[in-house]
Amino acid sequence: MRSNLGVRIAQILPTLVLVSIMVFCLQQLMPGDPALVLAGEERDPAVLAQIRTELWLDRPLAMQYFHWIGNVLQGDLGFSWRIREPVLNLVIAKLPVTAQLGLMAFVIAICIGVPMGIVSAVKKNSFWDYAANGIGLAGLSTPNFWLGIMLILVVSVQLGWLPPSGYVPLTEDWRQSLATTVMPAFVLGNALAAVLMRHTRSAMLTALEQDYVRTARAKGLLEIRVVLRHALRNALVPVVTLGALELGTLLSGAVLTEQVFSIPGFGKLIVDAVFNRDYPVVQGVVLVTATVYIGLNLLADIAYVFLNPRLRNA
Amino acid sequence: MRPILFLAAAAALSLPVAASAQTNPPQTLRIGIADDADALDPTLSRTLVGRFVFASLCDKLVDIDAKLNIVPQLAQSYRWVDSKTLEFKLRPNVKFHDGTALDGDAVKFNMDRHLNMAGSTRKGEIGGLDHVEVIDPLTVRMVLKAPNSPFLAQLTDRAGMMVSPKAAVAAGANFGQHPVCAGPFKFTERVPQDRIVVDKFADYWDVGNVHLNRVVYQPIVDSTIRLSNLRAGSLDMAERIQPPDVATVKADPKLKIEIFDYLGYNGLTFNIANGSQPRTPMMKDARVRQAFALSIDRQAIVDVVYNGMYAPIAQPVPAFSPFYAPEVKPAGRDIAKAKALLAEAGVKTPLSVEIMLPTTADQRQIGEVVQSMAAEAGFDVKIKATEFVTLLKAQADGDYEISLIGWSGRADADGNIYNFIHSGAPLNDSKYANPAVDALLEQTRAETDVAARRALYGKIAVQSNLDLPIMYLYSQKNLIAMSTKVGGFSPIADGLIRVKGLTLGQ
Repeated sequence: MRSNLGVRIAQILPTLVLVSIMVFCLQQLMPGDPALVLAGEERDPAVLAQIRTELWLDRPLAMQYFHWIGNVLQGDLGFSWRIREPVLNLVIAKLPVTAQLGLMAFVIAICIGVPMGIVSAVKKNSFWDYAANGIGLAGLSTPNFWLGIMLILVVSVQLGWLPPSGYVPLTEDWRQSLATTVMPAFVLGNALAAVLMRHTRSAMLTALEQDYVRTARAKGLLEIRVVLRHALRNALVPVVTLGALELGTLLSGAVLTEQVFSIPGFGKLIVDAVFNRDYPVVQGVVLVTATVYIGLNLLADIAYVFLNPRLRNA
Repeated sequence: MRPILFLAAAAALSLPVAASAQTNPPQTLRIGIADDADALDPTLSRTLVGRFVFASLCDKLVDIDAKLNIVPQLAQSYRWVDSKTLEFKLRPNVKFHDGTALDGDAVKFNMDRHLNMAGSTRKGEIGGLDHVEVIDPLTVRMVLKAPNSPFLAQLTDRAGMMVSPKAAVAAGANFGQHPVCAGPFKFTERVPQDRIVVDKFADYWDVGNVHLNRVVYQPIVDSTIRLSNLRAGSLDMAERIQPPDVATVKADPKLKIEIFDYLGYNGLTFNIANGSQPRTPMMKDARVRQAFALSIDRQAIVDVVYNGMYAPIAQPVPAFSPFYAPEVKPAGRDIAKAKALLAEAGVKTPLSVEIMLPTTADQRQIGEVVQSMAAEAGFDVKIKATEFVTLLKAQADGDYEISLIGWSGRADADGNIYNFIHSGAPLNDSKYANPAVDALLEQTRAETDVAARRALYGKIAVQSNLDLPIMYLYSQKNLIAMSTKVGGFSPIADGLIRVKGLTLGQ
């Protein structure tokens, strides 16, 4: 296992280099000219020329890349062309916001998806199974932005229960922070809950037919103990992998959800940056997101070992 | 147990690292703006939302009133000494937010900063300025390179905003992160993409008219969501409400809406000679463009897409502007004449043409209305919906045939026309060049009498409606929705929310 882990860690660096090259090249393929955006409505030719020189836009692409990556290696992600703040500051300020949202969404997804999957598997082909599948399908098919706008209209505008925006960090006012993030977290966790439900169900169905479950029942254990302690524990391994992989999907889902609920996180940062052709912000955010994603996958690998003792000696 | 540990570790990571304890005082006004502002430095700023924030932070030498008259603000009065010299008497006892005084030297510093600072977007606006003379601490003269009547109007916007020289020198290029001006509110905090907070400035020269303690600007890009926040009580005011949402605002007893005149226009820009693509009949022959224009009923566009809320125009300034030439009216739709013009031009119909337009729902709808109307005259219109930044680039490069694009407008008509149709001007994406029009445009700059300038603009409009580098379609309205608790709003056509004078009831 230790050598496996070593290989996994060694793979991270080349992956990140590839990511950095790809993100740099991809945005060059994006149509539009950042200098035109930055020069403002008046598009003064002298200002345009000055911007191109100042931001290295008039140099060859390879030079621009090495200039950027050289700074990144020294811990400098550059500064936002639009608001003239260091990208690193923006990333540090936004990452915890999206992490909070993502984590809340993940917890909501687990709290809804896993129990529903268990019930659905244990009560296979019953009303509960069909109901859980129906809810799961609805959860998968509902677009984030639509659900978000509907929740705002019903919960905030009509009922006045929760604020539609006005995020504050947990450390500032935890009640306000939770009040402003619970709806977006639900929206974000909704699709993941459906995915987790379906995978928990199928993994549980397989587990419940295994010999060790029969043995557990034969020993006279309570059914709830058989289901939760014996079947679920084994069924969870693929679910954890999926959960970790889906955390990345949560980050991309946050892009839309944060726009709808005006949450000042990573998603809003990158959307605004793409629309304004703020390349350093796009590059910085994608690089950090990729690093987080790769890190989460590594954590999932480690989590397997805790969940499945057989892997410890592999 | 272990998965729980894993989750707990992730939870610890999610704790926000930076927090700025902030509880809003009473009389806090929350304004929803349509985007996050760029750098809060009047010299570098280039966004409209930035101007919304400056309306509370930075006073200007002069401002505009509801009738587009230029009225004093930081200057107590102004006068043209001669056609090239503009003199300002400054208001005494004006202080910047850092306590330093506004005087003639500060004005000179600011104008020099606009002209010389790296990345200045004001340089072009005040390019006509030669130098500033400080006559005494409260008198300055701006000496222009040549007679330039639109120059004064430039000072009603960011070019006329005064920042503290002391703070500007100390902060250098980072001044925008903590702006220090002489407006009714001083900068307190900015969380990018989330909020900009400004607090009442106790030493403001007109503090008696400031009734709020704090203003919080919240960027919310989507207008529907901005309106939902207003309806839910999370905002007190929201700018740029979309026309279809006006009915929703009117139906809500807690809200009201201000619908008032707008400085800009929306129109079709025709590519005449821009770029290297093969020249189509639309580019080559003004008669084809005239036929296209004759096939379009502006009023129908306004009725179908905007419930008749906007006003059709055939010139670049709205009807309430002192520069509006009443004799230049939009021509009526005339399909027979359009067909005759196409025949005269020897064009085989249906003639395929392409309109590039932004991806917003209303602009697409305009494209579709134009498509169906122009079809009757023999045009086969293809619609190319294009993301806005891409559209700008395509238009600048000449990679388009017709582009549906608007202009936010300036108080002086020069800002709506010169740069768009003068040959070689930076916004002339049509690459239109007519020496007679150029000469008229130069005359408007040298002339200071408004009536004489209006007559010249009328002549320009007549000629440009024949050559058609741009077909002006309509002038929009500003739509600002607010809680019924908000009072004292003064509608000014630049659409900005002037927070001075606003009140917030319980």
